[in-house]
Amino acid sequence: MAKFTTLTSHAVPLTADNVDTDQIIPARFLKVTEKHGLGDSLFSDWRYHEDGSPREDFVLNQPESQGAQILIAGHNFGSGSSREHAPWALVSWGFRAIIATGFADIFKSNALKNGLLPVEVTPAVHKELMQAVQLDRGTKITIDLPTQSVTGLGSLEATFPIDDFSKHCLLNGIDQLGYLLAFDDQITKYEQQRT
Amino acid sequence: MKPRTLFEKVWDAHVVAQEPDRPAVLYVDLHLIHEVTSPQAFTGLRERGLGVRRPDLTVATMDHSTPTLPKALAVIDDQAKAQLRMLEQNCEEFGIELFGLGSQYNGIVHVIGPERGFTQPGKTIVCGDSHTSTHGAFGALAFGIGTSEVEHVLATQCLLQRKPKTLEVRVEGQLLPGVTAKDIILALCAQIGTGGATGHVIEYTGAAIRGLDMEGRMTVCNMSIEAGARAGMIAPDDTTFEYLQGRDRVPKGADWDAAVERWRALKTDVRAKYDERVVIDANELEPMITYGTNPGMGMGISGSVPSLDSFGESSQQVAFEKAMLYMDVEPGKPLLGKKVDVVFIGSCTNSRIGDLRLAASVFSGRKVADGVRTLVVPGSHDIKVQAESEGLDRVFKDAGAEWREPGCSMCIAMNGDNLEPGQYAVSTSNRNFEGRQGKGGRTFLASPLTAAASAVTGKVTDPRSLLLS
Ligand code: SF4
Repeated sequence: MAKFTTLTSHAVPLTADNVDTDQIIPARFLKVTEKHGLGDSLFSDWRYHEDGSPREDFVLNQPESQGAQILIAGHNFGSGSSREHAPWALVSWGFRAIIATGFADIFKSNALKNGLLPVEVTPAVHKELMQAVQLDRGTKITIDLPTQSVTGLGSLEATFPIDDFSKHCLLNGIDQLGYLLAFDDQITKYEQQRT
Repeated sequence: MKPRTLFEKVWDAHVVAQEPDRPAVLYVDLHLIHEVTSPQAFTGLRERGLGVRRPDLTVATMDHSTPTLPKALAVIDDQAKAQLRMLEQNCEEFGIELFGLGSQYNGIVHVIGPERGFTQPGKTIVCGDSHTSTHGAFGALAFGIGTSEVEHVLATQCLLQRKPKTLEVRVEGQLLPGVTAKDIILALCAQIGTGGATGHVIEYTGAAIRGLDMEGRMTVCNMSIEAGARAGMIAPDDTTFEYLQGRDRVPKGADWDAAVERWRALKTDVRAKYDERVVIDANELEPMITYGTNPGMGMGISGSVPSLDSFGESSQQVAFEKAMLYMDVEPGKPLLGKKVDVVFIGSCTNSRIGDLRLAASVFSGRKVADGVRTLVVPGSHDIKVQAESEGLDRVFKDAGAEWREPGCSMCIAMNGDNLEPGQYAVSTSNRNFEGRQGKGGRTFLASPLTAAASAVTGKVTDPRSLLLS
């Protein structure tokens, strides 16, 4: 997993609550047997016309969005299906962080395992960021994981929560299976006790 | 000892290790896998040179992309075929039991788990599928995981988990005729929203829940995820034990008696505290239907779609307006009488024998309205056989509905069963997201009774109007 320390980037504003994983990546793209290459299918039904040409009115297709590594979404982002294809597609497109006022549980857990940082901020902070980014699409936002802070707009400085373990894994680029495998003896003991 | 909730009892019994400031290492008793969310996990195992720790606690099925037309194996596309083949190979290589296509026990993962008796009270059950919450109906702690976690469980039989909070959903009173388990859970989603239970495990309690059979309880727990919950649980009781007794994989003889004895202790202690509580009065419920593009956008069937000004937050208004545009329904107007094109009766929410009997009770002696395509898709082979032995298939076919092979089918539209752009469906599945049942398709979620009634009239219909006549 890629390390995450500090990220400075312009952002893509996606205004809608409850964006579900079927929107992030529709089910017909789940027939793959690999993780990579899903970026083109990200938000597919919002992003393309019937004939496959890009919809100019969809935010991801606008020139200002290109190269952005931060997505600002609404509340309860990533609800619905447990498909890890959702964070795979977001990462594959180029996102490294998502700012929202709340995330669905499974999505958050999946994102953290793929170096994609869920940044949960208060509605007031969210509103300020969203407005600033909509007003000037070049606005740069900095997300600093060690201090768990979001900065960039004048005096705005907000913090976000993250559990110690996920933070530790992201900062060091460690994946969680390594940690789990170290419990082998205890797992064996647990299995023996139960039988 | 401190009084504990049902959830805490099951959780505590499965914590293998817990270091300070770290998530718990939680043991998994049953790992269900299917073709869509497992291939990358097996690839990960191979890349690390790891094996499957407990193939004996792992069970596989094929359901998401399987065809539901009889003998139509050839219609699935090459990609889906490759995915199915990969699951076969993985199961064979690692010694995992597979209920594949053509197996007499094949079916939707959340249908066959309980049906075969793999699902039992007090177990921890996971699957790379959010509707794993279904199995909580038996007093198991069951939840959906991502593919990375599927790999974790394959390798270690454990998961790293932070302890969720608890939410009691107390459903008091009794359901009126024509109102079903599906209406309870749609009412909960409408009341608390799709993010309402985020971070929580729900325990459903109260007289109306006790009064449900196991199939109804599974319907309720199934859609816990639609309220944002990590899992949904119901304490096991005699209804649970009667359902399980004699099934393939449950203990037999003296072991059965001992198991029931243990399972009886799986209930929330009198003085145990939940973090939150929501109360629903079953007597007040009517058949429910959704009008929008998430399961929280629901209402009583005789009600009207809300108007824009009933939403406070501007982001909620944006989502509502977007939903109205997509669904092309009118704010402030009722849905009753709205023309429908397709009716889908199936999915892990409502494809069990009781659901099919309910639907058949409406279809019996009636015909599907002209121009309405109606699909009835049993959740498993076993259910299909049972339904056919009761003659339900004849009732469906005589009415003009299509009787299909088991699978997820139009719930997720990966297998060729899908809505056409712009079509309206009344569906017994669990998600009305944009495009979920086919690109551009529009979904009204409802119970099997409401779906069948709407098929017969060709319009969104209150099933009570047919049941009484
Ligand atoms: S029936 Fe639908 S919700 Fe259930 S497992 Fe299949 S795709 Fe998922």
